[in-house]
Amino acid sequence: MGTNILKLQNVRKVFDGKLEVLKDISLTVDRGEVVGIIGPSGSGKSTLLRCATLLTEMSSGELSYLGEKAVWTGEDGRAEYADKKTLRKIRGYFGLVFQNFNLFPHYSVLKNLIDAPISVLGMNREEAKENAYALLRKMGLEDKADAYPCQLSGGQQQRVAIARALAMKPEILFFDEPTSALDPELTGEILKVIRQLAEEEMTMVIVTHEMNFARDVADRIIFMDEGVIVEEGDSRSVIDNPHEERTKRFLSRMNEK
Amino acid sequence: MSFALILKHLSEGFLHTLLIFALTLIFSLPLGLAVCGGRMSKFAPLKFLIKDNTGEKSLLKKICSFEPIKAVFSFFIAILRGTPLMLQLLVVCYGPYYIFGITLSSEWKFLALIIGFVINYSAYFAEIYRAGIESIPEGQREAAQVLGYNKAQTFFKIILPQMVKRTLPPITNEVITLVKDTSLAFVLSHDEMFTIAKRIAAAQTTFMPLLVAGVFYFIFNAIVAYVMSKIENSMRYYS
Repeated sequence: MGTNILKLQNVRKVFDGKLEVLKDISLTVDRGEVVGIIGPSGSGKSTLLRCATLLTEMSSGELSYLGEKAVWTGEDGRAEYADKKTLRKIRGYFGLVFQNFNLFPHYSVLKNLIDAPISVLGMNREEAKENAYALLRKMGLEDKADAYPCQLSGGQQQRVAIARALAMKPEILFFDEPTSALDPELTGEILKVIRQLAEEEMTMVIVTHEMNFARDVADRIIFMDEGVIVEEGDSRSVIDNPHEERTKRFLSRMNEK
Repeated sequence: MSFALILKHLSEGFLHTLLIFALTLIFSLPLGLAVCGGRMSKFAPLKFLIKDNTGEKSLLKKICSFEPIKAVFSFFIAILRGTPLMLQLLVVCYGPYYIFGITLSSEWKFLALIIGFVINYSAYFAEIYRAGIESIPEGQREAAQVLGYNKAQTFFKIILPQMVKRTLPPITNEVITLVKDTSLAFVLSHDEMFTIAKRIAAAQTTFMPLLVAGVFYFIFNAIVAYVMSKIENSMRYYS
């Protein structure tokens, strides 16, 4: 399997037997790679991310992390999932940063960062705290350890959410439109953090509407529309020089904004 | 009968009122959670028969997605909310005799009283809990799942604490109603405050004991409301 961290093959997702949201999507992500997924709303980007993070069941297709199979297509043509134990192990390979943060509001920032490492990974408290403080320093939030999420700005909350995902030491980190719920002036701080992670060679898959950011930070861009990958390639060439008509149309619309 | 004596009798009765109140809460608050779990159960033993997701809604599909546990608990809740508590107390107390011919001991009445109150209040609490749980954004559960929490951890660490905060105001309502509902114990002629007040009022042909009982309820409820608002305030540190 080599350096493939994530491998999705022939993923299909049909809602209610009618609406085909993902039509035969295949995608591999290598270690250290940053992949940007762009496309209009309803193109299936978020569903793809949700299938990859096991939040939504795919209808058929294959999914594996580091060569370990989480999902495959059975003989009846439907997706079959690995047993609970395997899935629990596989969940440890990835982290996900949500559009609306989804921090635990009743936990302090510190507890948000240490609770899962302690109660899921079995890390000892001191080690978890040390990691958490290091992550908070990295996010520029070292003075917010005792704050509650509701006392933070959206940008700060999202940075805590990124730190919470990183505290689990994932092999790959997914971002689902990480700046879409933020004021324009706050998106910069999130993009800066993601850029920094990219420099540290964190493997990432980022669904975003920030075209300039995607071009700068991603190694590879995937343009999706109507449940298919329309165009895929080096980030600069896809965004600056798209080949497909649909990509061109989408990007020119985005530029008008 | 002097005012002081009336007060003394009512105070003694009030201890029983307090006992009914406390026992009902101690058992119905957790039992409500169990009932809520049953009410929200998605267990459908025949679901595997319709694994294919073909969208069309056939009768067969409806039958196969039947959720028996949910149905039983929904029915249970509907009965308990849809009939008078007074009737329920009578049924619990005298049902065993009329249905099975069991002779009832003298302690049974009090036990029946508590059982009646507990199951009735557990039904109300269950629905309050359900509303609280359903009001918590799906993202909380998803975040917990992605972080690797198992189902029990997700419920007890993430969902339950937030549910408690969200449901405190309606729970307070129920608790205050319970204070007054304890007076229904008179149908089983249990010697709590209201039963005693009624007896004195009838014997002495005076309305006064009932009014005094009213003052007792009022003061007790003021205390309950105060305590509940303190608890609510203690959870204000997050929103």
